[in-house]
Amino acid sequence: MRTICIMLAALPLFASSVAFGADAPPPGAAACSGCHPATLSAETAVPRLVGRDAAQLVSAMAAFRSGQRPSTVMDRIAKGFTDDEVRAIATWYAGQKD
Amino acid sequence: MTKNTRRDFIKTAAAATSTALLPLPALAQGAAGRVVVVGGGFAGASCARAVKALDPRINVTLVEGSRTFTACPFSNTVLAGMREITAQQFGYDKVAASGVTMAFAAASAVNAQARTVTLADGAQLNYDRLVLAPGIDIRWNGLPGYDEAAASVMPHAWRAGEQTVLLRRQLEAMEDGGLVVISAPANPFRCPPGPYERASLIAHYLKTRKPKSKLIVLDAKDAFSKQRLFQNAWKELYPDLLEWVSLSSGGKVASVEPATKTLVTDFGRHQAAVANVIPPQKAAQIADAAGVSDRTGWCPVDAQTFESKQQQNIHVIGDAAIMGGMPKSAFSANSQAKVCAAAVVTLLAGQKPVEPRLINTCYSLVSPDYGISVAGVYRPKDGVLVDVEGAGGVSPADAPKAYREQEATFANGWFQTITTEVFG
Repeated sequence: MRTICIMLAALPLFASSVAFGADAPPPGAAACSGCHPATLSAETAVPRLVGRDAAQLVSAMAAFRSGQRPSTVMDRIAKGFTDDEVRAIATWYAGQKD
Repeated sequence: MTKNTRRDFIKTAAAATSTALLPLPALAQGAAGRVVVVGGGFAGASCARAVKALDPRINVTLVEGSRTFTACPFSNTVLAGMREITAQQFGYDKVAASGVTMAFAAASAVNAQARTVTLADGAQLNYDRLVLAPGIDIRWNGLPGYDEAAASVMPHAWRAGEQTVLLRRQLEAMEDGGLVVISAPANPFRCPPGPYERASLIAHYLKTRKPKSKLIVLDAKDAFSKQRLFQNAWKELYPDLLEWVSLSSGGKVASVEPATKTLVTDFGRHQAAVANVIPPQKAAQIADAAGVSDRTGWCPVDAQTFESKQQQNIHVIGDAAIMGGMPKSAFSANSQAKVCAAAVVTLLAGQKPVEPRLINTCYSLVSPDYGISVAGVYRPKDGVLVDVEGAGGVSPADAPKAYREQEATFANGWFQTITTEVFG
């Protein structure tokens, strides 16, 4: 087991080129689809995030956080993410397609 | 992946050292590996699908004893006659169609050294990473008198399905004027606001159908999830119908007597027409068999990858795991599943998992059009998942009716969305 760890530790360039990574959701992004449907088939009043403009998502989160935009749970959730985290999540969702 | 393959993996890795700058090294194919997930609920089915979606080359098997999953969230609406149990039930066809291999048998043993899972039908599965998402077991006789036979008279209905239907039938058969008693356990247990949503919706059923009846909640705690919101709503909606008895007021049930449907506290005896005993719980038995549960009955895990603190290469997610500040909810389980899937895929690829952020949102219905919620954002800190400060919390105490209605609508939408993501 230790041998493997050492081997892998010595392979940083190699490791970062493994297929997984390019489209992996940034921290927090995967949790959104608990309410915001990832697919078109769910019936809900909650809007989808897939393919939405990143700047729009960032400003919505800022407005939820400041209380400018009325909400039920989003004000409480938006306060848990930094600007950088929100930007990464928004960029990732903007790049997703059905 | 077997031991031999593991050796090949080392060989391949060693070979790759000298060719580290090649754009597509051989290991990119060789490292995919085998992931076995035990438990096809909100945690397990989500995790199996997420692993497959992140890296389709990984061989993913989902082990589940039942061909039909019955969801616990919203099962309280079945008790209140607001929906049928079939609306809670889901199959695994779409899970299989997404590339996950289904193994319909209960897991009976895990060998952490050999990295194998044995199924009840005798089949043996090899894994590189095992994800245990087995949910809860009832701690039989954890409450004196409450054994499996007692559950057929005083249902727990805390694992949805036959038990849910049994409790509903009992409520339907009860005469107007009967006494319903719910016994709520000490922490921790599955779905912290669940007993109180259940009390609310049974009270709604009684108020509209059997208004002379009474409901008592005997509690082993002095405080509970969304307490102020529930109690305000009870005062408003069910003032003479629903009574909550706290631990310090003598609410803790010390034993039950199924023959007479009697719940015994240190201060008195409550003979019920319908008794719902929500008993003490623990991680499901396979967690004990795998050696990942501790003395508490639950499973300690790394706060970043959810790998067991007791067994390498075994991850535990959902209700069975100790997740710091995160409650045992379906939303948490689904959120953890996706983080765990990313960690498993990253670890199999020899990379270092990133620090995750998790969300929980739990809705409770106090009546069909009155919803309340609690939300939280979580991150690992000093090895434990903690609330991100300044975030999360419960619905406002003074919200107008429209807000409560909107939360009830969102609650319904949440169930549709999450079950579509997991099973659709």
